[in-house]
Amino acid sequence: MKTGVSKGISEIKFGLLSPDEIRRMSAVKVITPDTYDDDGYPIEKGLMDPAMGVIEPGLKCKTCGGKVDQCPGHFGNIELAMPVLHIGFIKEIYSILGSTCSNCGRIKLTEDRIKEYKKKIEEVKNKLHEIDYDDIVSDAESEAGDVVICPHCHFENKKISLDKPTTFREEGKKLTPKEIRERFEKIPNDDLILMGLDPAVARPEWMILTVFPVPPVNVRPTITLETGERSEDDLTHKLVDVIRINQRLRENRDQGSPQLIIEDLWDLLQYHITTYFDNQTPGTPPARHRSGRSLKTLVQRLKGKEGRFRSNLSGKRVNFSARTVISPEPFLSINQVGVPVKAARELTVTETVTENNTERMKEMIGRGPGNEDSAVYYPGVNYVYRKDGSRIKVSDKNSKDVADKIEVGWQVERQLQDGDIVLFNRQPSLHRMSMMAHEVKVLPFRTFRFNLAVCTPYNADFDGDEMNLHVLQSQEARAEAEILMKVQENFLSPRFGGPIMGAIHDHITAAFLLTYKNPMIPIDLGIHIMSYIDIKEVPPIVEFEGKKYFAGRDIFSTILPEHVNIEFKGKMNDKILDPEGTEGIVRIEDSKLVNGAIDENAIGQSKGVLLDYVIRKYGNAVGAKFLNDLTRLAAGIISYIGFSTGIDDEDVPHEAKAQLREVGRESVTKVEKLIENYRNGLIGPEPGKTLEDTLESMIMKVLSQAREKSSEIASHYLGMENSTVIMARSGARANMMNLAQMAGIIGQQSIRGQRQHRGYTNRTLPHFKKDDIGAYARGFVTSSYKEGLNPTEYFFHATGGREGLVDTAVRTSRSGYMQRRLINALEDLKVSEEKRVLDTENSVIQLVYGEDGTDPSRSYAGESIDVEFLVKETFKKKYGGGKK
Amino acid sequence: MSKFNILYHEMVPEHILVPAEEEEEVLKALNLSKNQLPKIRKSDPVIKSLEKITGDIEPGRIIKIVRKSRTSGIATIYRMVIGE
Ligand SMILES: [Mg+2]
Ligand SMILES: [Zn+2]
Ligand SMILES: [Zn+2]
Repeated sequence: MKTGVSKGISEIKFGLLSPDEIRRMSAVKVITPDTYDDDGYPIEKGLMDPAMGVIEPGLKCKTCGGKVDQCPGHFGNIELAMPVLHIGFIKEIYSILGSTCSNCGRIKLTEDRIKEYKKKIEEVKNKLHEIDYDDIVSDAESEAGDVVICPHCHFENKKISLDKPTTFREEGKKLTPKEIRERFEKIPNDDLILMGLDPAVARPEWMILTVFPVPPVNVRPTITLETGERSEDDLTHKLVDVIRINQRLRENRDQGSPQLIIEDLWDLLQYHITTYFDNQTPGTPPARHRSGRSLKTLVQRLKGKEGRFRSNLSGKRVNFSARTVISPEPFLSINQVGVPVKAARELTVTETVTENNTERMKEMIGRGPGNEDSAVYYPGVNYVYRKDGSRIKVSDKNSKDVADKIEVGWQVERQLQDGDIVLFNRQPSLHRMSMMAHEVKVLPFRTFRFNLAVCTPYNADFDGDEMNLHVLQSQEARAEAEILMKVQENFLSPRFGGPIMGAIHDHITAAFLLTYKNPMIPIDLGIHIMSYIDIKEVPPIVEFEGKKYFAGRDIFSTILPEHVNIEFKGKMNDKILDPEGTEGIVRIEDSKLVNGAIDENAIGQSKGVLLDYVIRKYGNAVGAKFLNDLTRLAAGIISYIGFSTGIDDEDVPHEAKAQLREVGRESVTKVEKLIENYRNGLIGPEPGKTLEDTLESMIMKVLSQAREKSSEIASHYLGMENSTVIMARSGARANMMNLAQMAGIIGQQSIRGQRQHRGYTNRTLPHFKKDDIGAYARGFVTSSYKEGLNPTEYFFHATGGREGLVDTAVRTSRSGYMQRRLINALEDLKVSEEKRVLDTENSVIQLVYGEDGTDPSRSYAGESIDVEFLVKETFKKKYGGGKK
Repeated sequence: MSKFNILYHEMVPEHILVPAEEEEEVLKALNLSKNQLPKIRKSDPVIKSLEKITGDIEPGRIIKIVRKSRTSGIATIYRMVIGE
């Protein structure tokens, strides 16, 4: 194996452009503030001088002779009449002014200290310290900044202050850029290293501009509007201002105008150059366009979300992609995605014409580009490429001609058709299942659609979520996506080695309704429901009181693959709920559901035992079919049986209400009793706790018991005829606790696991007496959601709810950052054929992937092999039968 | 220096200095060049403790580490000693 040495960047060095360098790299000295003459030709020595590069195709550069795509552009320059501060270096100028002597130019440190600092810097360079060079520099500068008497020439230095943005003062007297520049020129090279400058590439006086570089025209191109009107770039506008004021300043200076006028012009020049660099400098009014829009100058081009970095360099946009709102479609397979016609006609796949597909290609091209309204969708063609790469746009008019012309080797940009492989993605892409491969199914209307089981891996819902779709363009990509990224290949999550997709919500309710107590389904209804799926044989007919029925469990059995033998505990496995054991124990014998109700534990995502079994035993394709059939069956059942919930589902009989009220009252008095005992000193501290903590935990215990009791009462009075209970018991949505809170008692509202305690002095709210630590005063809610809460209860409930919101907000941002760091650290690691984890230099990160070489998404809940399953299967094979 | 030897702590996995003459064999079995191995600093407390038993360990030597693994029970890995 080749072990190439990858090159790392050990160091990046920044320098300053010296005036000489600016002149040297300049192709033209710009002296005229104008751009084009009346005939539209660029003015010589103007801001659009052709020596600075070409932007019009066909023309050649005056400097390098290159055409538009060859000429890199060339800088020009402006000789400034007076020096001006560079806004980007104000901080550096300030600290250098402060740390050097205004008389002799030396850094205001003794020779000994200088030596010490230099030694330290040398050590840092040799990586003997963990500290940064920058830290030493700021130490040195702040130490020198405090010195008043220069240790070298004994001159008494004055205090320097900065009037933001660009005015320096020495004890009130203004320092002109010219004076500052003169001071900086005196600083010896040897002292510069202590100020963070390398004299070879950066002299401090270069931070004060005397020559101004004019960027190439490529950087600030003229835009010609459709009306023929020309519009200049914001940078050019700013440069016009700079040249104009510079000219006036020079004239006035040469004429010997009054100092006041010169100073005003000088300040104006400083303003224009400042805003040229950064038009959002604090303390400076932004320069504006005639329309009132503020100009986008250099810093604005780079900074922020719309800046060069985040928008253009980190944020890439791609072709062959689409984005729209998503909606559910239970009649699609989990492997499919519904693509609207409008998108399908826009998205294309490039196919090469061969002997074998010429006829098909001709037919497709003959259809032209098509339109959205056609009743039936047939893929058309948008573009055709000849062998030399030249492009023909296919239109309704020329489609027949183009179809006749094509030859083997031409390329055809064909519209999307059913069965094409595409990538489908929802942000935030937090795990690999956030981007999966689907087969296209072109559908009417405007949304992307998919099977509801796929909501979980994407974490999608349909309250306005949008998703992205990418059409794969090469055969290799399609093959790879189909093998690795297809939805069915991602059944098992690498996070917990179990199925991440499964039945959700109404699918579970429907399967439960179909199998709980094995209902009789009238034959016509049963046939209708089963017509949605592809069944091998019709289940046996049961006659009852002269009418014909199917048994619900038999209908469910039709979607099971062959030879399924399994027994497991369902959610109804409970002595009280299911005394006869006909519902809680799910038993399937030779693909026939003989006992038990199908619920979340059988087919739910991540815990569906039956689903897991089917996927592992029969593979992903059969697993996908099982889930597809299940969703279709579920849609049929629930629409025919009908299922709804309303507020009267939370109605409990009068006696239950009385019991619930009693539970609330009882716990409040119990708490009062505890507090009384505490006040009378009858409670001793538990080990490791203060007396107060002991009381608190005793109270909490009483109150949580109240909620449990209320839950018990609610469950007792609300039976399986109640829709909400069906959802909770089957695991479709919610749990009995939620129900109890709606019908019975909401219970204690807590913050950070404690009873509500913050608020006013010695009480939570002014509604209570001071030092009241009773149940109500500390956020115990005895009302139910259905009855409604009283004002204090409502307040405590809101504070408790807010904690949840804050927690999620904090958690998402933190885990997002953590994830980003992890991804950046791990993104270019790879697993070799020897299952070794290597980095880009082929250095070993892990000798065997995961130390056991197991792909967690092919594992059994993290274990390499599911021994129990294997033993059972082998036993069955050897001794036959599924019973016992 | 404390008398406590970190190598005896139950949280510290077993570190073994691979004899110089066995190095080639180990690398051959792994099908790796020495530089591809993960590194361990000579200044690492474990190496310092190990040196008390084996004498000076020069950069370039290989350390065998046997540790408990959540996935495979016991995992054996190798590291190359580097300076500093
Ligand atoms: Mg949403
Ligand atoms: Zn050029
Ligand atoms: Zn001095």
